[in-house]
Amino acid sequence: MLERLFINHYQTAAVILSGIGLTNLLLQRNLIKKIIGLNIMNSAIFLFLAAKGNINPLPSVMALAGIVITLSLTAFALALTLKIYEDSGTLNIDEALLKKTKEQEELEAIIEQAEEEEIFS
Amino acid sequence: MMNSFAFNIPFVSIFLLMLAAIVTPLLPKRNRLPEKLSCCVVGLVAILSAWLLYSLTSYGQSLTFNYSMGHYPAPWGSELRAGPLEAVLALFFCVAMLLSLTGNFSSTAEDIAPDRRQIFCSLVNLLMASLLALTYTNDLFTAYIFVEINTIAACAIVAAKDDPEATRSTMRYMVISVTGSALIIFAICLLYELTGYLSMQHMNGAIRALVSAKSYLLPLSVALALMTVGLAIKSALYPFALWLPDVYVNLTNASGAILSGLVIKGHIFLLIKIFYRVFGLDLIHMLHMDTAIFILGLLSMIVGSVHALREMNIKRMVAWSSVAQVGYIFLGIGLNTSAGIAAACLHIIVHASVKTMLSTAAGGLSNAAGHKKGLHALMGTFYINRWAGLGLIAGAFSMMGIPAFAGFASKLSLTMASFDHSFIVWSLAGLAVSSVMNALYYVPAVIVVLTHNKEAREDFTASAPPTLYKVSMFVFLALNFYLGLFCVPLLRLITRGVNAL
Repeated sequence: MLERLFINHYQTAAVILSGIGLTNLLLQRNLIKKIIGLNIMNSAIFLFLAAKGNINPLPSVMALAGIVITLSLTAFALALTLKIYEDSGTLNIDEALLKKTKEQEELEAIIEQAEEEEIFS
Repeated sequence: MMNSFAFNIPFVSIFLLMLAAIVTPLLPKRNRLPEKLSCCVVGLVAILSAWLLYSLTSYGQSLTFNYSMGHYPAPWGSELRAGPLEAVLALFFCVAMLLSLTGNFSSTAEDIAPDRRQIFCSLVNLLMASLLALTYTNDLFTAYIFVEINTIAACAIVAAKDDPEATRSTMRYMVISVTGSALIIFAICLLYELTGYLSMQHMNGAIRALVSAKSYLLPLSVALALMTVGLAIKSALYPFALWLPDVYVNLTNASGAILSGLVIKGHIFLLIKIFYRVFGLDLIHMLHMDTAIFILGLLSMIVGSVHALREMNIKRMVAWSSVAQVGYIFLGIGLNTSAGIAAACLHIIVHASVKTMLSTAAGGLSNAAGHKKGLHALMGTFYINRWAGLGLIAGAFSMMGIPAFAGFASKLSLTMASFDHSFIVWSLAGLAVSSVMNALYYVPAVIVVLTHNKEAREDFTASAPPTLYKVSMFVFLALNFYLGLFCVPLLRLITRGVNAL
C-alpha cells in the first residue's frame, strides 16, 4: 500500500497540498489567509492534472479552465474582503461576524417588549 | 420526424441566456429596460423548452438525442444531451425563474440600487444559463465549468444588496461553495485518471470494464464519495447545510427565491445524472452510496424540520424548510430505483415551484410589515397583502402534503416508490414524522399571518401589492394546483425520461 504512494508521488503531493489548502480555507480566521488557502488547494489540483503529463490535450484544457476560474474566484473574494474591511475595520471573519446584525437587534427588541408587557400585566 | 430546429433548442437556450447576460449591462437604465429584457429572454427560453418537450414526446416513443458542440466528436468534444426529463426540468426551471423575477419586480427596485440592478440582471441570466447547461450537459468538463459559473453568479446574487451583512454572508457562502467545487473537480480529475474520458457514456463503459476486472475499486469509491459530498454541499443536504439559513436571511426577495428554489436544484440533477449515466445504479448500490444518501436524506428531513421549528424569523424558517425538502429529494435518490429517482425529479419540480412561491410570499408579507422578518411582526399582514398571504397558505399546505396541493403529489410518489424497497419502514416513518413537523411550524405561521392585529396596522407602511405581483402569485397558485391535481401525466413523462436518461 505504502509504496504506491511513492510510485505516484506527484499525486500524493497534490492530495497533501490540497488538504493543506482546504484546511486553510475552512479554518483560518484571517480572510487573506483563507484566500491563500483557496489558491493552494486549486494549484494542487492543477499539479494533479499536470502530473498526467502526456500528449492528451484534455488535462491541459481542464487546468487552463481551472486557472481562469481560480483567478476570477480570487478576484471576487478579494473584492469582498476589501468591502468587509471597509465596513468592519478588521480582516478577522469572527470579529466581523460579531458585529450585531439587524435581525438580532429586531429579535432583542421583541424580547424586551415582551418582558415589559409582562411587568405591566 | 422532429423539426430540425428542435434539436438546436438546448444549445440555443443556453446561448440566448449568455448573450442576454452580455447585452444587459450595455442597455440604457431607464424604464428598467435590462430587467424587462432578462424577463423576456427567460420567458422565451421557457417557450423554447416547452417546444422541445412537445417535439420529444409527441411521437409516441420518447426520444433522446446528443448534440455535439464544435468540430470534435464525443470522447474529445463536449456534448449536450436532451430527453423528456431534461426538457421538462428546463421548462419548470425557466417558469419558476420567470415568476420569481416578475413577482419580486417591485421589491427588487427597493432592495437594489439602480446601477447595481443592471449587473444583477446580467448575473441572473448567467445563473439561468448555467442551470440549463447543468441540466443538458453530457460531459463532466462542461459540468465543471458551469458549476463554477453557477458559484460565481450565485455569490454575486447573494451580494446584490449593498449592506455589510449581505457582504459577510456572501463571504461565508463563497467559502462553502468553493469547498464544494474543489471536491467536485478533484472527483472529476480522479475519474478522468481512472477512465481516460470526460464524456459520461464513455466513462460509464470504462468504469464497467474496471469493475468487472475488480481493479481500482477503492479510487472509484473515493471519487464517487468526493463527487457526492461536493454536490451535497452545494445542494444544502443536512450536515453540509448549516450555511443556508445564515445566507438566506440577508437576501433580497428575488435572490432568496432563486437561491433556495433553483440554484440547489441544478446540482441535484447533476448528481442524478452522474449516478445514472456515469456509474449506473448497480454500481452505486455495490459501493453503498445509495444507503449513505438515503440516511443523509432522512436526517436532513428530520433535522431541517427541527431547526425550522425553533426559528422566530420567517426567512430562516423557510430556509430550514428547504433543507428538509432537499432531504426528500435525496431520500428518493437513495431508494436507487427508477421509480425513486422519478419521484425525486418530481419533487425537484414541485419544490422549485413551491419554494419560489413561498419565498416570494414571505418577502411580500415582510415588506407589508415594514421589512421586518420576525414572525411576531407579521401578525395580520394577510389583510394588507392578501395575495402574499394566499401564497404562504398554499405553500404551507403544499409542504405539509395536503391533497390537491403540489407537495402531496411528490410525497405520494415517494411513498409509492418506497413500497417495493427494503427501507420501506424507515422511508415511511421519515415521511410521516417530517410531514407532521412541517405542519407544526407552518400552521403557527399561517395563524399568525391570519390573526387580526388592529394596533400594529398603523405601523404598516406598505400599500396594496402591484399588479405584476398579483399576476405572478396567481400563476404560482395555478401551477401549485396543477402539480397537485394533474401530476399523473407529468409523473409518467418523468418516468419515461428517467428510463431514457
